Amino acid sequence: MGITERLANIDRRIIFLFIAIAVIIPLLHPIGLPTKVSPPVEKAYQAMEGLPDGSYILISADYDPATMPEIQPMMYSLLHHAFKKHHKVIVMALWPQGASLAEEALNEVAPLYDAKYSVDYVNLGFKSGGSIVILAIGSDFSEPFPKDMYGDPTSEMDIMSNIENLNDIDLVIDLSAGDPGIPAWVMIANARFHRKIVGGCTAVSAPQFYPYLDSGQMVGLLGGMRGAADYETRLNILGTATAGMDAQSIAHIVIIIFIIIANIFFFVEKRKKG
Amino acid sequence: MKQRLPLLITLIVGLTLIVQFFSPGLSFIQERFTNWFLVVIVFAFLLGFLSLVKVNITKIKRRSEDWGYSIPLLIALFTMAIIGIGWGIGEGTIFNWLFMNLMVPMSATMFSLLAFFVASAAYRAFRARNLEAAMLLIAATIVMLGRVPISSAGFLSYLKLDAIANWIMTYPNTVGQRAIMIGAALGVVATSLRIILGIERAYMGEE
Repeated sequence: MGITERLANIDRRIIFLFIAIAVIIPLLHPIGLPTKVSPPVEKAYQAMEGLPDGSYILISADYDPATMPEIQPMMYSLLHHAFKKHHKVIVMALWPQGASLAEEALNEVAPLYDAKYSVDYVNLGFKSGGSIVILAIGSDFSEPFPKDMYGDPTSEMDIMSNIENLNDIDLVIDLSAGDPGIPAWVMIANARFHRKIVGGCTAVSAPQFYPYLDSGQMVGLLGGMRGAADYETRLNILGTATAGMDAQSIAHIVIIIFIIIANIFFFVEKRKKG
Repeated sequence: MKQRLPLLITLIVGLTLIVQFFSPGLSFIQERFTNWFLVVIVFAFLLGFLSLVKVNITKIKRRSEDWGYSIPLLIALFTMAIIGIGWGIGEGTIFNWLFMNLMVPMSATMFSLLAFFVASAAYRAFRARNLEAAMLLIAATIVMLGRVPISSAGFLSYLKLDAIANWIMTYPNTVGQRAIMIGAALGVVATSLRIILGIERAYMGEE
């Protein structure tokens, strides 16, 4: 076996080692690369910023701990922005673990803005049924959510007193890691109830939602950790997504270098074989 | 009867919901069906729970391959269910502590391993074997660089990779995705009609 062939079939543990170094070093010693806000994130920011103070925002936490590093920073940033604008925040989840993750973010961000539970924000918790739940809140919130996450009746809450159904919501934000997620919200909340939708998703699934942006069915999109970092930049806060962008930059460079090296060996071998 | 009844229910429900969708005056039908569905889905969860328990207990009894993994699965399943039902799931509960300190880091660890496997797979499989593969390789490299802040730093900033990446995502990507979406939507319509009309019966366990 020639040297080029041996390098082409390099032990994958060596690649793992390079990736580990590329990720760990920038996390320990941040470079501070500047983040330029991408157009879909700018649109999402403007959708929230453009609403009058005290508007009603519905955030659906449709993700789980596996995708938390990418999506949870979005939840933090959006909550910062919403509470800063004195918006009323209603959180719900179509994924079982989403409600607890949202609760963690709410408990951390709400006190910074003196936001009160059941007055300025509420966590309705998880409801199974996916798109059918969206259809149900299109008619009446109290049908699928008679009680909040803690078992308290939603009908007695200040924040829900002006909310009957989706038509009373000014902006719907879906943070989604899969199904049920953004397509269901677009198809029902936007197409049927004409609500404005902002989406947040993992980087790998972001490309499939660009048609919704182009058609105007979504008014903004936060794709992956970059999307979250862009939103943090726009809000001028230093969150975990911004901190992670250095590591992601270096990791991408390392992967590209590996791809280039692999292709050089591929062409050398090809030429040798004639 | 065992076959006809589910087919009849499917036909009536399917046609009723289609008709009500185009008749605003009949929206109460959709509301009623929506509430029924929310009740039925809870039974599906219960069925899933019982099925999971049954499958794993059988696996342990028969000492099937990897039966050892079924033990922690059942312990975790019952522990979380009992603690959650007994003491609640909110902030400050044992359930929440276990979720935040076991479930969250373990799931995040599994997902983060993807970065290593993607790098290894890219090294082995991403070859410019022909024109199409070369175009894919170039587009992927531009998007990978354009989507991270390093594209705006140093000499890379002159290449305007972020703008090119945005263009690729907004135009060629959108065109391709839209074609896939329209194709998939037509497929969903066709399959739904086959189910409503009783032609497609796989959901009843038939081949």
